Amino acid sequence: MSDLAIRCRGLVKRYPPDVTAVDGLDLEVRRGECFGLLGPNGAGKTTTVEILEGLLAPTGGEVEILGARWDRDAADLRARIGITLQETHLPERLTVEEIVRLFRSFYPRGRGEDEVIGLVSLGEKRRARYDRLSGGQKQRLAVACALVGEPELLFLDEPTTGLDPQSRRQLWDVVDDLRRQGRTVLLTTHYMDEAERLCDRVAIVDRGRVIALGTPRELIHRVVGQEVVEFEAPDGVLEAELRALPGVEAVRRAGAGWALTVDRLHLAIPALLARLEARGVALSALSTHRATLEDVFVSLTGRRLRD
Amino acid sequence: MTDRAPARRRAPRLLRRSALAQLVLARLRAFFREPSTVFWSFGFPILLTIALGIAFRARPPEPVRAAVLAGPGAERVRAALAADRGVVAEILPEAAARAALRTGRAAIVVVPGDPPTYRSDPTRPESRLARAAVDDLLQRAAGRPDAFSAADARVTEPGARYVDFLVPGLLGMNVMSAGMWGIGWVIVEDRQKKLLKRMVATPMRRSEWLLAFVLVRLVFLLIEVPVLVGFAMLAFEVPMRGSWLALAAMAVLGALAFSGLGLLVASRARNTQTVGGLINLVMMPMFIVSGVFFSSANFPPALQPIIRALPLTALNDALRAVMNEGAGLAALWPEAALLAGVAAASFALALRFFRWV
Ligand SMILES: Nc1ncnc2c1ncn2[C@@H]1O[C@H](COP(=O)(O)OP(=O)(O)OP(=O)(O)O)[C@@H](O)[C@H]1O
Ligand SMILES: [Mg+2]
Repeated sequence: MSDLAIRCRGLVKRYPPDVTAVDGLDLEVRRGECFGLLGPNGAGKTTTVEILEGLLAPTGGEVEILGARWDRDAADLRARIGITLQETHLPERLTVEEIVRLFRSFYPRGRGEDEVIGLVSLGEKRRARYDRLSGGQKQRLAVACALVGEPELLFLDEPTTGLDPQSRRQLWDVVDDLRRQGRTVLLTTHYMDEAERLCDRVAIVDRGRVIALGTPRELIHRVVGQEVVEFEAPDGVLEAELRALPGVEAVRRAGAGWALTVDRLHLAIPALLARLEARGVALSALSTHRATLEDVFVSLTGRRLRD
Repeated sequence: MTDRAPARRRAPRLLRRSALAQLVLARLRAFFREPSTVFWSFGFPILLTIALGIAFRARPPEPVRAAVLAGPGAERVRAALAADRGVVAEILPEAAARAALRTGRAAIVVVPGDPPTYRSDPTRPESRLARAAVDDLLQRAAGRPDAFSAADARVTEPGARYVDFLVPGLLGMNVMSAGMWGIGWVIVEDRQKKLLKRMVATPMRRSEWLLAFVLVRLVFLLIEVPVLVGFAMLAFEVPMRGSWLALAAMAVLGALAFSGLGLLVASRARNTQTVGGLINLVMMPMFIVSGVFFSSANFPPALQPIIRALPLTALNDALRAVMNEGAGLAALWPEAALLAGVAAASFALALRFFRWV
């Protein structure tokens, strides 16, 4: 048995005439890992995930899921994976309990309805009809339906978009639990804190390709450094000067000011202030934060993740 | 997690864990929790039966309306005509008499004289009727003896009235539209909302998903047919001369044929507007030519082979034959074969092209 839960090579998906949604994407997700796909709108995350789920035929490339392939072992694979689509409507007029029971009936083995309903904290809404649930409750129900077959591999496409902070944290706990049980999770998200908190490894996808891959810390360290210093000041600062400051690794324009990525804050800040003072430039804003995946994305692509 | 489940009443395990049972239950629940679909399926056909049954109920025959042109002898002619209670006669001056004939207030104008003159339009059935009645009365008044006096046996039998013709047609129409909308529309709605995609991502058997639709149709048939036919029998004394078994068998075949067509129109459509258009395109011609509201025999002979080949024609003819003429299954095999053929062909084609994701 392969120790990879997901393996794909050279994945391509074209929509004629001129859209290339996925453009030669390689991915390896290990068993027991929580893997995150990050990227801006239209990067090709959903397309990739749906190909991996066997719901979309790729234009080219190879896919292996849990050591099996969709063209040969679809029936078997379906029972071993669980999914949430980025966007679905479940049957409007059925209750939470009825919907979970319906999905449970499709799987040869799995968890009880009450258990999964409890996992996503919808116990109180068990008898409520789907069309009377709030957006976040609907989303949690979708996750419950993904869990009900006790999947070895779970695909979650933006599972927490639109959830309140408490529900998000609850869902994180669910994912943590699954990981503890040795199951594999592939999720897409726009929330960098979520990816850093949940994922063992992440891939940053842009224009249908993986542009960076690694653990969140690795990526941050490798691509941006430890800290980001942003400041605004009237013109009169030269980029070359900033680059020469001790501890500064990279410099780029950020809005009206500058963003410096820095590995030793205690050296960089005093040097920056001294430099500005020597030039007679007054600071109008200064902030620092620990570098995040957002910074990784911005420095790789020059764009922000969510515009 | 608090699990209070054991305290609650639970469906038997067999039902809970059977995908087919759950799929059928899901469809039934969705249907009965939507008041408007319940109305269109069960209430509407009954309302239509009531409305049309009342509009076309048996009425005493219309009197013959005659005008007598004013002038010498007019009053004698009028009196001779008025002797029959089935004739209404009035004396009118020339201009008014012409107007009455033109507008249909009078079907005939009698110009008194020896012999009298009848002005009427022979292309109008009521004018021909009026001429015969008026002539008969005036001849007798002038002294013509009857060669013999025939005995009248009056017959107005259930089975020959419009409502008797109508009810099997409405039943056929209902089977058609329930199959087309209930399957075609619902499938595409599920596809458009990506519910179908979500279901296909589970190990659910696709055949069970489809079978659930057909089973649900049959369950509804079990309600629709007795409700509509029973209502028509009670309220309008519509006859049921054949067996319920024959009626049920034909209704089931019809439901299968139209389920297949519903599946076929839904097989590729991505959104409900498209499938709505397709459904109307398929159903509209059959509404008109397949003998729902009036007999398909009214269309020219050149069209008859096409009309005979339509599933709704076969279904309506068969239902009428069972209810009005008491036909048994043995006599209905051509219709049965046609419906079964449509069902088989449309299911096969639909599955060949069905867009699952
Ligand atoms: N059926 C389709 N036909 C044509 N283009 C499509 C189709 N589906 C997706 N695309 C295009 O493919 C690209 C990738 O879409 P995809 O949904 O995979 O993005 P995503 O990374 O999931 O974005 P988001 O974060 O907004 O969910 C987009 O440019 C989209 O417009
Ligand atoms: Mg997406």
